[in-house]
Parts: sequence; C-alpha cells; structure tokens
Amino acid sequence: MKAFTVHKGLAAPMDRANVDTDLIIPKQFLKSIKRTGFGPNLFDELRYLDEGAPGQDCSTRPVNEEFPLNFPRYKGASVLLARENFGCGSSREHAPWALEDYGFRSVIAPSFADIFFNNCFKNGMLPIVLDEKIVDQLFEEMYANEGYELTIDLENQKVVKPNGDEIPFEVDSFRKHCLLNGLDDIGLTLQDADAIRAYEEKRRASAPWLFDAVK
Amino acid sequence: MSGKTLYDKLWDAHVVKSREDGTALIYIDRHLIHEVTSPQAFEGLRLAGRKPWRVDSVVATPDHNVPSDASERAGGIDGIVDEVSRIQVKTLDENCEEFGIVEFGINDPGQGIVHVVGPETGATLPGMTVVCGDSHTSTHGALGALAHGIGTSEVEHVLATQCLIQKKMKNMLVRVDGVLGEGVTAKDVVLAIIGKIGTAGGNGCAIEFAGEVIEKMSMEGRMTVCNMAIEAGARAGMVAVDDITIDYVKGKPFAPKGAEWEKAEAAWRDLHSDADAKFDVVVELKGEEIQPQVSWGTSPEMVLPVDGAVPNPAEEQDPTKKSGIERALQYMGLRAGQKITEIPVDRVFVGSCTNARIEDLRAAAEVAKGRTKADSVKQVLIVPGSQSVKAQAESEGLHKVFVEAGFEWREPSCSMCLAMNSDKLGAGEHCASTSNRNFEGRQGFGGRTHLVSPAMAVAAAVTGHFTDVRKLGKA
Repeated sequence: MKAFTVHKGLAAPMDRANVDTDLIIPKQFLKSIKRTGFGPNLFDELRYLDEGAPGQDCSTRPVNEEFPLNFPRYKGASVLLARENFGCGSSREHAPWALEDYGFRSVIAPSFADIFFNNCFKNGMLPIVLDEKIVDQLFEEMYANEGYELTIDLENQKVVKPNGDEIPFEVDSFRKHCLLNGLDDIGLTLQDADAIRAYEEKRRASAPWLFDAVK
Repeated sequence: MSGKTLYDKLWDAHVVKSREDGTALIYIDRHLIHEVTSPQAFEGLRLAGRKPWRVDSVVATPDHNVPSDASERAGGIDGIVDEVSRIQVKTLDENCEEFGIVEFGINDPGQGIVHVVGPETGATLPGMTVVCGDSHTSTHGALGALAHGIGTSEVEHVLATQCLIQKKMKNMLVRVDGVLGEGVTAKDVVLAIIGKIGTAGGNGCAIEFAGEVIEKMSMEGRMTVCNMAIEAGARAGMVAVDDITIDYVKGKPFAPKGAEWEKAEAAWRDLHSDADAKFDVVVELKGEEIQPQVSWGTSPEMVLPVDGAVPNPAEEQDPTKKSGIERALQYMGLRAGQKITEIPVDRVFVGSCTNARIEDLRAAAEVAKGRTKADSVKQVLIVPGSQSVKAQAESEGLHKVFVEAGFEWREPSCSMCLAMNSDKLGAGEHCASTSNRNFEGRQGFGGRTHLVSPAMAVAAAVTGHFTDVRKLGKA
C-alpha cells in the first residue's frame, strides 16, 4: 500500500450530500477483475453525457461541461471536498479504487458512510472528518479562489489552508500507523497467528458446530 | 454493571485479541463470497503466496452477474452473453477450484443470491460472525448473528487470517411496538424506519431491531428488515434469537444435528439483550402508524406512505437538503406536490436479497392471482432469490399465477436490483421495485427506482401506477 505522510494538492468539489458508491463508480464497471483502471469512470454518470461501458475509450465520449471535475480549474485535483454521509451504499472497494486511480489522495467531509470510510484506509487514501461549518468554509474559500490547495499532514493530524491556518483532525491511531508506513495489515494480523489458533481451539471445544464443514 | 446487548455478547464471543489502540482482532465464523468483490482478493493471496486460513468457513455462489433469462442461463457460464460478466463468473469458479472453496455454481441446485442462500441452507447460524464483500450481509443478523459487509481488502484479510481488525460500534435499538395493519409488511417497516432516522441515522452503530412487531415477524420478514440496516447507515442489523429463530434453523441442511443441536440451541437461547442492557441510541416507532411505503426520490430516506405527496423543496429550510430534493425531483421526473398514486410505472421488479424469499413470492402471488398486468406496464420481472426458492414456488404453483398475470418468471440472480446482468431500466423509466436502493442509475442508466414491498409492487403492476394494495378490492 502507498504510504500517506504529507500531501499537498488542489481541492475540488463534490457538492452534494449522500453521495453513494453507485454514483462514485456505476455497477457496470464492477465487472472488472482488476484493482486498477477505474479512474476514467469515476462519477461516470455525472462526468459524461452518455452511458459508459467497461473497457471503452473515455477520451472520445461526450463530456458534461457542467460537472465541476470537468472544469479546467479543477484539473489535477487530489483533495476532494464533499458533504455529509459521503460513500453511502454498497461495500464496493471499487469506489476508493476509482477515486485513487483518478488521482485523489484525500476526501474531506462532515461525515462518511462506515464501509467506505474503512475501505479508503486500505488503499492509501485518507478520509478526513471535519465539522460541518469548517467544511462549509473550505467550500466557500475553494469556490472563491482558483488554484485553492490544501496541505494534509497526517503525522501532525492537521489540514493546512493556503493562508497557513491549521485545522486539526482526528484519526484512529492504528489506521494512522498503517497509512504513514504503507503497511499491509494482513502481515500484521498474521503476527498474531498463535492467538488466532488458541481462540479456535477454545471455540471448537465450546461451539463445535461452528467448525462443521459445509456440503 | 449493566447487562449486555445482543451486539455486546456477539462481539465479546469473537474477540481474539484486544489491542491497546482500541481495536480488536475479531474472529469470523462464516465468509460468504460472490463473483464481484472477490477476484482482486484472490489475486492478492496469490501475489503474496498466501492460502485461506480456514477454507471450510468459506461458501461461494455467483449471483450479481448471472443471467435471469432461462435460455441464456441454460448455457451455464459459457452461455453468458456479456463477455466481461462471463469472465467474472468464470474467475470465481477458477478461484474456488484453486483454493478448494465450496461453491454453488451457476446452475447448481444450491445457487442463489448469497444472502438468500446463507440462511436457507444453515450456512449462516445464530451466534456466528458473518462477513461478505457485500453491504447487504446485514441480512444474516436476523438469525441473531453479527453480520456485515466488507470491502475487497477485508475479503482478502479474512481469507488470509480468519479475522478482521475492528473497532466496536455503538449500540442502537430500534423498537417497533404495537401491531401492523393489514397489508403492511416488513419492507414497509424498514422503509418507515429509514424515513425516520435517515440514511446516516445508524452510522457507526449496530442496530438491534426489537419490539412487538419484530417479535411477531417471521424470519424472512426479519431478514428484510436487517437487510436494509445498511440503508439506515448501520453496517450490521440484528434480531434476538427466539422460538421463531430456532424453528427456522432446525432441519436446515448445514444446521447442527442430534446432540450438537441440543448444545447449540442452549447457547443460542442466550442471544438476546439483557433486560438492563444500555443502548447508546434508542428509536421507537408505532406499528399502527406505519402505512405501505413508496420511495419517491434517489435516496432510501426519501420515502412516503402511499397516500402521501412528493415534497416541495420550497418548504425545506436546510440548503443541502433543499438542493437534494430539487435534484431528486429533476432526476425522477416528478413535480412537487404530485400524489404518489399518480406516478405511472413502466416496469416492475420483484426480487433481490431484500425481497426474493418464498414468503415474498407468496405475497406477490396473492395480489397477482386473478389479475393481469396493466397494458401500460412494459415488463414485470419475478426473480426468485435462489434455486431452492424457485423450486418451492413452482411446487406451490406460484409461477403459474405470475405467468397468467402476464409477468415473467425468471432464474435466481440479483437481476434488476443493480442491473449487472441484462435486466435493466431504460432512461426515464419508473420502476416499482422490491430491491433496496433507489440511487441514480442503480437499475439502469437514467432509470427511476421506487422502493416498495412485493405486494405493493404487484399492485402497481396490475394498475399501472402506485396503488394502495389495501384498496385493490377483490380480484
């Protein structure tokens, strides 16, 4: 996994509440058996005017000029400003894969759906929860200032605005540790293999039906 | 010290190790797999040279991509017309073969929507932790299990370690007291709950559904309710074990037998919240006040009783909500103040992990009997949730009722719930759907979904618009 330490990048808006994972990456692209290549189809139904199909060349598709990510001023954005309950709906990890493949490293919102929030951390992406008023303010400043960049410092848990103002944020210490070091948490869990085996042994004695084979 | 909630008990029984940072290693008893969210996890295992930790805990079946059309389905995997879908279903087969995982293949008598297959076979049991790379895994909580969806990285994590790194969620109690009126179903109950608490209402929580209405509900009804816990923002929904649970599980193919059954039943009888258990959040609804529900917008919280009218954004003060209503009205092609019963329906879908079990099909058939599809309705799809549900429905003659009504009787799959096979809405079409999500484009590009119960879906199918099933009269 890609490590996340300090990231400075252009902010772009996804200015609506309850953005669901179907909107982030529509179902037809879930047929891929790969982890990569979802970027061109991020927000597919909002970015393009036609219906997208897997494997198609997106560079020739009709673009929705009214969708902010298509504005020249947000080209190359890597920090997404969003509204409440971002990422609700399905558990598809294709949603953070698509955001990451597009170039986003962080999403800032007043709240996130649980599964999406969790999935981000597995992919070197940092979701940041900030107070709704602060998010409102960031939206306003971003709209007012072309080239509005935010610096995200994970070690020190702060978002730094272009004027130098710092906004602290909370992050779970285990997730922070994994993200800072780009750690594969499977390897970490396997360090506890003995504890897992001990649990199984005890459990098998008290609830043997949990270990019956199916079929 | 106060007593434990059901969630507390399930959590405590599965802690392998608590860590200082507040996370815990939680043991997973049952891992369900389907074709969409697993290929990258298996690829990860191969790349790291890892093997599944406990291969007999994993059960797989393809559901999202498989065709519901009988002639396409007859050709098995090779018969799937869409090449990308075919590759994905084939990849599941190959991965299960390579790693030695039990799979109910595309035309196996055990195949079906993974959340229908788990409970009906006894592969999911009370007291288990159940995960699947699918948010509707919450369904299995109806059996008194701790069940929730996970992403693909966690699918790989569970395959490799049998565990998940988790932080305990908050305890939320949703109590539905009283009794339900005639024609009001489990689907209406859960839609009413989501309408009340919103799609983020359960964020960070495990919801226990309780109260007289839930206690009297059948297992299948409870599954419908728990299925949509995720639409209320909660990863896990659950119901305490009682006689209804025990009777349901008894005799299932993979349920324990003989002396082991006695022991299991005794353990399961403790799977309820203690009388003095404390919940972080409590929400109460009255059964009598719940009417048949119809969603009008593009989020499951945008839902109304069937006698309601579409909201007017001008009356909403909150700017984000107001723009949300405006956008939803535009996408759905509705006008403020329009009566729900005036919304015409182009297609009807009865199916999905929410409402494709035998009781759902019986409820649909009861309304369909002696009636026919309205001419203005282009298509009515009835898609059973599993091969076993299909066989049962056919033995009861339900399929004949549907066919006589002008409906299409299909093969088990997720079908038009998310349109990953060829069952989809055309742009601008309204669908009365028994599925779980009315998101933009969910059932097809530009499609307009209205979430309803099976009975309400058929009422719309035979009248051509949303209709209060209680007012249909005699067929």
